[in-house]
Amino acid sequence: MSVATQDTAIRTGRVARTLIYLVLLLFALFYLLPLYVMVVNSVKPLNEITGGGMMNLPQVFTLEPWAKAWSSAQIGVEPTGLQPYFWNSIKMVVPAVAISTVLGALNGYVLTKWRFRGDTILFGLMLFACFIPFQIVLIPMARMLGLMGMAGTTQGLVLVHVVYGIGFTTLYFRNYYAVFPTELIRAAQIDGAGFFQIFWRILLPSSGPIAVVSIIWQFTNIWNDFLFGASFAGANSQPMTVALNNLVQASHGVKEYNVHFAGAILAALPTLLVYIVAGRYFVRGLMAGSVKG
Amino acid sequence: MGFLDIDNTTKSYGAVEVLHKVDISVEEGEFLVLVGPSGCGKSTLLNMIAGLEDITSGEIRIKDKVMNGVHPSRRNIAMVFQSYALYPNMTVGQNITFGLEMHGTPKPAREKAMKDVAELLQIEQLLDRKPGALSGGQRQRVAMGRALVRDPDVFLFDEPLSNLDAKLRVDMRTEIKKLHQKLGTTIVYVTHDQIEAMTLSTRIAVMYGGYVQQLGTPQEIYDSPANVFVATFMGSPAMNVVPAKVALKAGKPVANVALHDGSTVSLPFSQNNLAAWDGRDIMLGIRPETITDEDAADRKSTNIARMTNRIEVTEPAGSDTFVTMTLGGTDVIARMRSDADVRPGADFPFAVNMEKAVAFDPETEMRIAP
Repeated sequence: MSVATQDTAIRTGRVARTLIYLVLLLFALFYLLPLYVMVVNSVKPLNEITGGGMMNLPQVFTLEPWAKAWSSAQIGVEPTGLQPYFWNSIKMVVPAVAISTVLGALNGYVLTKWRFRGDTILFGLMLFACFIPFQIVLIPMARMLGLMGMAGTTQGLVLVHVVYGIGFTTLYFRNYYAVFPTELIRAAQIDGAGFFQIFWRILLPSSGPIAVVSIIWQFTNIWNDFLFGASFAGANSQPMTVALNNLVQASHGVKEYNVHFAGAILAALPTLLVYIVAGRYFVRGLMAGSVKG
Repeated sequence: MGFLDIDNTTKSYGAVEVLHKVDISVEEGEFLVLVGPSGCGKSTLLNMIAGLEDITSGEIRIKDKVMNGVHPSRRNIAMVFQSYALYPNMTVGQNITFGLEMHGTPKPAREKAMKDVAELLQIEQLLDRKPGALSGGQRQRVAMGRALVRDPDVFLFDEPLSNLDAKLRVDMRTEIKKLHQKLGTTIVYVTHDQIEAMTLSTRIAVMYGGYVQQLGTPQEIYDSPANVFVATFMGSPAMNVVPAKVALKAGKPVANVALHDGSTVSLPFSQNNLAAWDGRDIMLGIRPETITDEDAADRKSTNIARMTNRIEVTEPAGSDTFVTMTLGGTDVIARMRSDADVRPGADFPFAVNMEKAVAFDPETEMRIAP
């Protein structure tokens, strides 16, 4: 009797499991479909796309759309390809991510280990910054950048992204440092370490996981940002996202879908790369603050 | 003046005063233990000596230099924390020398100091490891090494043994005592464990409710507790405190105490001034080890009283057997030899060493001075 029950249990288990995996597989395929379409069509000649059969594998394999999207496609008025804009994005993202992460770490350090009157209120206000929609700050920000002489420059964009990112990075680091033992800070104080020495020698070396979270979050957000790029960038500082839009929205000539697909993948590639390299630390870092303590 | 002076020091958080006028003077080479239950202010006082907490009023002096407002690193103190607080990203060697590095000691001198300390504490083979790879006892040693290497005027220990298991705790306790005897350093040590306090200290400050209840040598604290709190906090099992009534018998004061069946036994005091308390209620303090059988009674004592009382519970603990009885309406514990013939429910002739008994005023709970 009991044997029979167990037997049935296992069989139902198997059926359920197969079903679950089947559904999961279907969902995975469904989500991968757009990527498939993009990749397949980016390596086809244009006539294969316009002739219908978006889903078909390429009959003639060509990397020409990629080369064109990168170096010679018409962006706005210049046939420069996405290349210069890619570097614009890099020049904007790297300092913006670095500065906002370091400032977030410093803020988290002060808010948890050098507490002062009203620190929770200040932190609350900084958290508030995370929930302000981009659109609200557009006009005041434009005015500020103009007053500071940074309108239309990469530095201006860096500033905007740093200001906008500090709320998030502070939140991450504050929560991470909140469970960091205060006795360590006290021990370092007795050992004679100063404010920055404690930060650099004790706190930062233990902040790997949360730094990765902050970097991935900031990198993805800043790289993918379109609104600030479109609003505040000048002709020479437009980021990749804006250039991609200009490429795809071009209203003259033939629509070169294969080039558009290649360009879109190029624009998405860096964030993908960051996820692949550091993705597993991302989850670990997000968990670190919550599980402990 | 002493080596470390805590002079009329108070601590308040806002309107709440958590430490009230603490006055302790520590001589060079002394081992002072601050002991008390949680929340008694002992750790706060230690942190004030360390400079991690501000002093609200009064003064703390080390070697006659006022330390109020002086940064912790300039007080020439070292502290061992309850969690050890080892820097997780540094090796043991770096942990030990970090303080020297921050104070600008040149590298060769640092290396030498590290070697000496590592040898003293027998942690040479651990110097290249990270704290995460160490056992509790090893971490404890490293934490002490980090304190020792700076050759400070005063060592501060904040419950350093409470994270260790029972056996290791006893071992490390002996080790700390050895270290103190060898180096003759001045130590202030915080614990809630009264056995640690008794075994380690040259002097104990028993704290409760932000007051120093009593300051004295372990023997003074144990034999002549200042009040009921100190009497019951120090010693394990705690001192029995029994309601009694003073009477005069042939001109000498005795304590009349109710036995289990309501009848009264008269225990004669050694303290003659208690005659003034004739007819009044007191609280009689008797240590468990002073209630024994006739054979185990202290031969040097001049005042052994006898009483026969019912045994309620026996708890054999190997070396001793603890016997619970009802005396004066409360449970009283006696510490008997393990081979004493005690059985629950039986009437047993006890011998009470009244020379060691103390009396407390039931209103103030203060000891009635002899």
